[in-house]
Amino acid sequence: MNLVADILGWAFIAAGSFFTVVGAFGLVRMPDLYTRLHASGVLDPFGVSLILIGLMFQAGLTLVTVKLAFLVVLLMFTSPVACHALARAALHRGVKPLLDDKGDASSKH
Amino acid sequence: MRHVSLLIALSAFWLLLSGVFTPFLLAAGLGSALLVVWFTDRRMKVLDLEGHPVHLTRNALTYWPWLLWEIVKSGWDVSKRILHPRLPISPCLVRVATSQKTDVGRVIYANSITLTPGTISLELSDSEILVHALTREGAEGLATGDMDRRATAFEAAL
Repeated sequence: MNLVADILGWAFIAAGSFFTVVGAFGLVRMPDLYTRLHASGVLDPFGVSLILIGLMFQAGLTLVTVKLAFLVVLLMFTSPVACHALARAALHRGVKPLLDDKGDASSKH
Repeated sequence: MRHVSLLIALSAFWLLLSGVFTPFLLAAGLGSALLVVWFTDRRMKVLDLEGHPVHLTRNALTYWPWLLWEIVKSGWDVSKRILHPRLPISPCLVRVATSQKTDVGRVIYANSITLTPGTISLELSDSEILVHALTREGAEGLATGDMDRRATAFEAAL
């Protein structure tokens, strides 16, 4: 039982580290502000959440696990708000998003 | 009703964070919780459907797992694109219609869009959200309105 929790925990931590590194990698590779935001502002909270879930398995059924769960929930509520605020601020300052050359995909509804 | 649920939530929050169960600290926690309930209700006047949306709890139990799975799926997709040698992205702007009736519902929908890797909500108005999508497929997935319907069902509790 302990071994299973240990393996699961490390699997989650490894997966979370992977996604965080990929997010950082994307931050460098992407061409403009908005696409970089996709890599850093969105993929990183996902990776960090996975790491926190892995740490929960490591901590077992203790109060530490509850605190880690609070952190995941906090992250899920605050990170999209921060990401949206950054994107909106950029849009209002006139930073033009780099768009695919096939034209506008707007107004599908 | 809302007062009681906020008091219980705050007290539970205190207990879980402290983990020390001496009479003094229990009393201090209860006192702080009471003070916060009084302050949010009488002073800030935010103890309402928006400030403490406890009525959404039951629907969150079905919406959150669905959203988590969406995050995992699109997170994997975005990761593949970042690591792909040719960087196959097609960034585009798309306006998606919102069918939510309350501000809470619209915020839930906009935050869900941002939380899903590959789409970021740029601007929010009463009836639509301007979304920046990393890929055309992501924009098209959003245009099917599946997430919109689920967010509307989420806010429609009680």
